[in-house]
Amino acid sequence: MIRKPNIEDIKGIGYYLGKIIIGLSLTMVIPIIIGIAFGEINPTLDFIISMGITLLFGLLLTKLCFTEKDLNWMQGMIIASLSWIAATLLGALPLYLSGHWNSFLDACFDAMSGFATTGLTLVQNLDHLSYAHNLWRHLIMFIGGQGIVIVALSFFVKGFSGAFKMYVGEARDERVLPNVIDTARFIWLVSIAYLILGTLALGMVGILNGMKTINAFFHGACVFMAAFDTGGFAPQSQNILYYHSLPYEIVTITIMLLGAINFKLHYHIWMGNRKEILKNIETITLFMSIMLTFFIVAVGLVKLGTYPQAIALFRKGFYQLVSGHTGTGYMTIYARQFINEWGDLALVGIIIAMGLGGSVCSTTGAIKMLRVGIIFKALIEDLKKIILPEQAIVAQKFHHIKDMFMEDKQARAALFITLAYLALYGFGAIVGMLFGYPFLHSLFESTSAAANVGLSCGITDTTMPAALKLTYIFQMWAGRLEFMSVFTLIGFLVAAVKGK
Amino acid sequence: MIVNPKTKLKMRNFGFCCVILLFGFWILNFNCYAQSISSAELIDNAKQFDGKTVVYIGEVIGDIMIRGEYAWVNVNDGKNAIGVWINKDLIKDIHYMGSYKFKGDVVEVSGTFNRACLQHGGDLDIHAQSLTKRIAGRPAQEMPNFKKRNIVILLLGALGLIWILTLLKRR
Repeated sequence: MIRKPNIEDIKGIGYYLGKIIIGLSLTMVIPIIIGIAFGEINPTLDFIISMGITLLFGLLLTKLCFTEKDLNWMQGMIIASLSWIAATLLGALPLYLSGHWNSFLDACFDAMSGFATTGLTLVQNLDHLSYAHNLWRHLIMFIGGQGIVIVALSFFVKGFSGAFKMYVGEARDERVLPNVIDTARFIWLVSIAYLILGTLALGMVGILNGMKTINAFFHGACVFMAAFDTGGFAPQSQNILYYHSLPYEIVTITIMLLGAINFKLHYHIWMGNRKEILKNIETITLFMSIMLTFFIVAVGLVKLGTYPQAIALFRKGFYQLVSGHTGTGYMTIYARQFINEWGDLALVGIIIAMGLGGSVCSTTGAIKMLRVGIIFKALIEDLKKIILPEQAIVAQKFHHIKDMFMEDKQARAALFITLAYLALYGFGAIVGMLFGYPFLHSLFESTSAAANVGLSCGITDTTMPAALKLTYIFQMWAGRLEFMSVFTLIGFLVAAVKGK
Repeated sequence: MIVNPKTKLKMRNFGFCCVILLFGFWILNFNCYAQSISSAELIDNAKQFDGKTVVYIGEVIGDIMIRGEYAWVNVNDGKNAIGVWINKDLIKDIHYMGSYKFKGDVVEVSGTFNRACLQHGGDLDIHAQSLTKRIAGRPAQEMPNFKKRNIVILLLGALGLIWILTLLKRR
């Protein structure tokens, strides 16, 4: 028998959701300051209105649903999934008010794309967007990359045992430090330290590239936030091609790779355990996977003679590949060039890279390297069992921070999530085909959305059907949360209707 | 018929000129597009236009990035922006670059289109031979939106009321 959720369940969800929404409203202070600093009147008003509505909504929820009870697993998971929907709807308000998005659905698309660190965009006339709105686009990537719940845990929650349940609901099942709130604060410490270094590096390169100082550092901060959080938004419509600069590409590739590394690994590197990077199953799998998929892309490009020089082939091919593999979505080519010039083989290489993703407990999406490594090890173990005598005891080991013996349940969990991702990629591709797009193009865009990448072959456009926009929004949301909290929310809704 | 050698020479010169003219037209037809071409056409038919002289019109956006004797100027025609690599002496007329606060100068660029530029690591770009300002840019007038201002006042009032009620409840 399914138990119908009672009023206490709903109050617990509403109260903590309200707290997260209040946290979100306070982050809007940053674009307000930027708007005032640059003398942008209407954008500042847009953010004051959005902040007011968000704050009112959050306050109402906390007052109406006030409870002192701690959360259970179901509530924690539902809060995580609902907080992303609420953040999308409320975070889209200032975007819509700017007039640069054709509809509220388009603004929601970009808000979800930002929070989920995807990078697909439907913005119009980006080159004339205000500093305040542009900063918000990148800031939501920074917030979403760390996790919306992490923001609340770090700054607005003083400590309660339900914190871990919300943390897990946001697809973060690894704790860097024993306490989940300390983990959340460590993630922020790492991110802010890199933000300062990354902004300085990109700002200096920008100045050397000939940009105005203020723009160089503004772009530096925006590009860093989107690159480290493997997002993919950029302040100008040409994305990274705008800079026409090899040093800029080198710095952004470095930041993208840093963003694709597990925060736990960052912690060990910070603590002086640098050898971990050479031994860890995730970094080894990531390296192998990048090499393999780049080989496919390079063969595809060479076969078609897309780039006349090896250096150009490497610069374009490797950049888009790393951008896709880390789930960033930064581009130094135009979206249509994927279709017109890259050919099917290179596209398949990029699709595989996008589908695999970066590390767990990082800001990337997709299947992720730890799971790929575990599935590979499980396959080897099974092969050994077949080849070796029946009496032989086969035990497979892998190194992830420490040496571990592989268990069946780890392989099963990795396979389950992998299958769920493959189903999600396929679902979006089928919807795309239903609207008349060719198979490979649909699969490319669908994988990009579900794996939170942001590379586009040109399907993502304000003129695409609303149903396809909604499909991609769902894919970005489910892909970012890694399914569990989404399944819990669906189960909760079913219980609310059918339960007794 | 006997033809005067001078006339013969004139005829030969005329024929030669005709051939040169025809060849010139052929070259122009195949290597130069006198009418402006949109960014979408250039990107979608990049192989066809590769290495040809094209005319491209659009608004200058973002920063002009000086690199030695040359500069990068990004020009947006409303659909996409394309990077234009140009001698810095040719950009003296550009005063406004498009941003939130400015409508950028609209320029006509004539130059060689590259699908995958050998000089610039495979970028799709235009190496400009000339640049003409078509429409002068200007500062964009930002009129305060009074409807938005009124909503702000209403929202601040509501939030203030909640704050006062919370304070009263605590007492």
